[in-house]
Amino acid sequence: MDTLKLDLENYRELLKQYIETQDESSLYQVEQFSKMSMQQKISPEEIVNAHIHALRKLYPELPAEVNTSFDFLLESMISYGLAYQEFQALREKQLELKSEISVAASMQQTLLSTVRPQVKGLDIGAVSVPANQMNGDYYHFVTDKNETLGIAIADVIGKGIPAALAMSMIKYSMDSFPESQRNPSSILGNLNRVVERNVDPSMFVTMFYGLYNPSREVFEYSSAGHEPGFYYNASIDKFEEIKTKGLLLGVTNDATYDQFEIKINNNDMIILLTDGVTECRIGDRFIEREEVLSVIKQYTHLPAQEAVEQVYKHFERLQDFQLRDDFTLIIIRKEV
Amino acid sequence: MDFQSCVNIQKEWDIVGARQLGRDRAKSIGFGTVDQARIATAISELARNIYLYAGTGKICFETIDEMSQKGIRIIATDNGPGIRDISQVMEDGYSTSGGLGAGLPGVKRLMDQFDIVSNPGKGTEIKTIKWLR
Repeated sequence: MDTLKLDLENYRELLKQYIETQDESSLYQVEQFSKMSMQQKISPEEIVNAHIHALRKLYPELPAEVNTSFDFLLESMISYGLAYQEFQALREKQLELKSEISVAASMQQTLLSTVRPQVKGLDIGAVSVPANQMNGDYYHFVTDKNETLGIAIADVIGKGIPAALAMSMIKYSMDSFPESQRNPSSILGNLNRVVERNVDPSMFVTMFYGLYNPSREVFEYSSAGHEPGFYYNASIDKFEEIKTKGLLLGVTNDATYDQFEIKINNNDMIILLTDGVTECRIGDRFIEREEVLSVIKQYTHLPAQEAVEQVYKHFERLQDFQLRDDFTLIIIRKEV
Repeated sequence: MDFQSCVNIQKEWDIVGARQLGRDRAKSIGFGTVDQARIATAISELARNIYLYAGTGKICFETIDEMSQKGIRIIATDNGPGIRDISQVMEDGYSTSGGLGAGLPGVKRLMDQFDIVSNPGKGTEIKTIKWLR
């Protein structure tokens, strides 16, 4: 408070100058004074008090009514001062929380990191961007010595921190399944039990698991209520929806998941996504799945990684650079 | 330590009485107008809490005159339902978000020392001090 006392004289001089000349320069200086006071966390009632003291010193003969009225003004400032202090405290707390969340987010990235594998005969692209700091979407590639490629893509209903926590659990339980049970149907069956047992009943997870077998050139897959992806049939130059059925993970503990397969020929593509892509919103309306597909089509001539990045950029711009939901897109193309 | 003076809080009007008594006491101790206003606002908050949540209680004032410093002690007591989660009511934004005023964190800011003891079902006692500088 000592600094204010120091400035009190300054304030009085300024006030005097302004009353005499009504010049803009004193107004500019008092603006500086007010900013400095805020830096020093000085409350409005103290400024009012400074004003009262300055005025009484400059004009000792002030009418008694005017003098008294200042006490009234001072009293009315107290709550504003409190609100100001509370605002300061909350702002500090917010900064703390922000940095805590960013530590958690980078830890999540380390925990859930997956490497885009180099698989002979396949061109793979993947992008996953969270709407907020933490990602409730998840994708993961698994390769083994038989050169098969496993692809998991999942979305926790809800976003933010709880979704991200649930995802870490799913990744680690998937890692612990024995290699003999790595077919899509049993992976989803096992995960379903893990989710049902360990995750809050209000939280659901959708997931798609695919397994590409290069020797048979077949893509096997199962889905737990996940947003359907697309299959591109190069021979007839047509995209079609990858048809699946299966209950979300975590609804009942005895859900079973049918397994399907598609024969993959040269230049065919598998496109997997989360609802952050298909439920992209433009203004007030949700985009149609057909529109999503037409955007994807614009970029599929590019290498897979470049294509997914361009599609993401396209939707990011469409939504004014503010994602409403976590966005994940994977494109896999069989090369000649 | 000199005598204690108290105001019973039963109706909203009693809040004004408590403010008046507290302000007079603060003035006689030598507090300036800004601190008088802060002390009166703290008393309002304490008295309002009693009136709104406990129904009845009292607010007492003591002058502290020790060797090194002088100050005012305000003691608010009630036999109301008590506060189950004190940490929560002491959190910024908890009571203010409902538009109820500065709440207990506000009282803590307005004063220099703040202590609260509450037993659910029995009541609450808040002791708070402002030192004269």
